[in-house]
Amino acid sequence: MNTSDTRKARAMLTLSRVLVYLVLIFLSILCLFAFYMLIINSTRSNADLQGGFRLLMQGNFLENLKNAWNDASINIPRGMLNSFIIAGLSAVLTTYFSALTAYGIHAYQFRLKKLAFGFIMAIMVIPNQVGAVGFVQIIYKLKLTNNYLPLVLPAVAAPIVFFYMKQYMESVLPLEIVEAARVDGSGEFHTFNRIVLPMLKPALAVQLIFAFVTSWNNYFIPSLILTKAEYKTVPIMIAQLRSADYSKFDMGKVYMFILLAILPVLIVYIFLSRSIIKGVTAGGVKG
Amino acid sequence: MKQPELKKRHKSVSYAKWGYLFILPFFLAYFLCSFFPQALTIYNSFFENYRDGLTQVGPKFVGFANYVKLFTPDSTGSVDILKYAGNTLILWICGAVPQIVIAMLLALFFTSYRLKIRGQAFFKAVIYLPNLIMASAFSMLFFTLFSNVGPVNQIIQAAGWANAPIDFFGRTFTVRAMICLMNFLMWFGNTTILLMAGIMGIDQSLFEAATIDGASPTQVFFKVTLPLLTPILLYTVITAMIGGLQMFDVPQVLTKGVGMPDRTSVTLIMYLNSFLGTSKNYGMGGAVSGIIFLITGALSAVVYRSLSKSYKGGGQK
Repeated sequence: MNTSDTRKARAMLTLSRVLVYLVLIFLSILCLFAFYMLIINSTRSNADLQGGFRLLMQGNFLENLKNAWNDASINIPRGMLNSFIIAGLSAVLTTYFSALTAYGIHAYQFRLKKLAFGFIMAIMVIPNQVGAVGFVQIIYKLKLTNNYLPLVLPAVAAPIVFFYMKQYMESVLPLEIVEAARVDGSGEFHTFNRIVLPMLKPALAVQLIFAFVTSWNNYFIPSLILTKAEYKTVPIMIAQLRSADYSKFDMGKVYMFILLAILPVLIVYIFLSRSIIKGVTAGGVKG
Repeated sequence: MKQPELKKRHKSVSYAKWGYLFILPFFLAYFLCSFFPQALTIYNSFFENYRDGLTQVGPKFVGFANYVKLFTPDSTGSVDILKYAGNTLILWICGAVPQIVIAMLLALFFTSYRLKIRGQAFFKAVIYLPNLIMASAFSMLFFTLFSNVGPVNQIIQAAGWANAPIDFFGRTFTVRAMICLMNFLMWFGNTTILLMAGIMGIDQSLFEAATIDGASPTQVFFKVTLPLLTPILLYTVITAMIGGLQMFDVPQVLTKGVGMPDRTSVTLIMYLNSFLGTSKNYGMGGAVSGIIFLITGALSAVVYRSLSKSYKGGGQK
C-alpha cells in the first residue's frame, strides 16, 4: 500500500516535471522564433526571401549589411551614432545623479528630507507622455528641436533609478565609513566620488545598462523633437521604414536594418544576462 | 543582518547643506523637464491653440471647451476618446491577463522545491530577452513576419492551411492579437522574475509548517503563497496598468500610426501623438493629456497606498 502510494506520487512528480519542461520549451520557442527568423532572413537575398520560407542561413549577409549600411534614404550608421551619443550620455547622467540624490537622502539629515523622499516616490509612476504637449511647446519656443540637450537633460531626474540606488545603499553603505572619511579630512563631495561610488559599482553597472537600453529604445519624445534626418535616432528610422512603401524595398535590407537596431542590446545581453536579470529583481519592490 | 537597525539609529552629523546640495540637480532637472511641461500641458488644455496650414489659431482661452469637444460625439455618433480608451483597455487586458497568469505559474515552477527545474538561468534569460528589445524594431519585425509575403504566410501556404495569404493587417482581431502577443512576450519574463523574488522572500518555514499540517500543494498556494504575495502582485498589476495606459510604440509602428483597420487599434497615446504632428494642436493634446493624467493619478494613488501599506506591514527580511 505504502510503496504503491510513493510510486504513484513519484510518477505524478515526473509527469508534472515533463509538463513543466514542455511549457518552458514552448514559451522559449515563442520568445525566440521572431529573432531566429530575423537572423535567418538577414542572410537571404530579396529574391530568395520572396521565394518562400527557410530555416537555415544563406550567404547574403554581407551583401545585405553593405546595402543597409550605405542606404541613401535611411542613414543607419548615423542613426546608430546619434543613438549611442544620446543613450550613452543619458545613461551616465541617470546613474551618476540618481546615486548622488540617493546619497544625499541616505547620508544626511535635513528638514525637508522626508518630504523630498516622499515626493520622489509619488512622482515615480507619472508617465512622461503626460507632459509631452508642454515639453514639445517649450522645445519649439526655445528652438531646441534637432538638439540632443532636451533628450539628455531629463535623464538627471530618474525616480526609479534613485529608488534602486537608495535601496542598495541601505544594504551596503554603513555611514561609519562616511564618518571615517570625514575624520581623515575628506570633503563631502570627494567622499561621494572617491569612496561611495566605488562601493556601489555593481549597482552602477546594472543601472548604466538599463538606462542605456531604455534610452536606446526610446521612440515617443525623440520622434517629436528630432525632425532632421541627420539627427534622427534608430527607433525613428525603424518607424520610418514602416511608413515607407515596403513593397518596393529590398527585404534582405529591411531585416538587416532591424537586426542592426537591436544588435547592440543583443550583444550586451548575451554577455551580461545573468547580472541584468539579477538587477531586475533588486530594482523591484521587495514584497 | 542586524546592521540596518543600527544604521537608522545612528546619530547623524549636521551636514544638512550637503544633503540639499546633492539632491538639488535632481529637483532642478525634474521641475524643468517634467513638472513645468506637465503644468504647461494642463494649462494648454484650457486654450484654443493649433496650426491650420500656415495660419496659427489662438492661443485663446476657452475654458473647458476642449474637454467638452473631446467627449462630443462625431457625425457617426461615436466619441473618439472613448473608442481609443476602449481599444487601450482591450489591448491591455488581452496582453496583461495571460502575462500575469503565466508569470505566476512560471514563478511557482521555478521556485518549487519538489520540481527542481534545471536550466533556470537559461530559461530566465530567454523569457526576459524580449523586454530589452527596442519596441519599434520588434513591431517592425512582427510586421515583416506577418505581412502578406512574410514567413508566417509562407508557412501557412506551404502547409496548405490556406490558399491565399491571410491579411493579418486587415482584420481587427488579428491586429489586436498581434499587439497583445507582443506585449505579452515583452513583459511576462519581467513579471516572472519579480514574482519569483516575491516568493523567495517568503519565509520557507511557513511552507514547511503548512505541509506538515497536511496542506495539499493547492491549499499551500491559495492559503499561504497567494496572501503573502498580494502586495507584490497588486504592485505588478497596477504598474502594468499604468504601463498599458502608455501603450504607444508597438501599435504605432505596427499599424503605421493609423491603428488599422478602422482605428480599432489606436491607443490613447497614439491619439495624443496625432495632435503633436503638423497641426501642433496644443489645446486638444493638452485635454487628452489631462484625461490620461487623471486616470494615472487615480492608479498611482492606489499603488502608493498599497506600497506604503506593504512597508508598514513589514515581514520582509
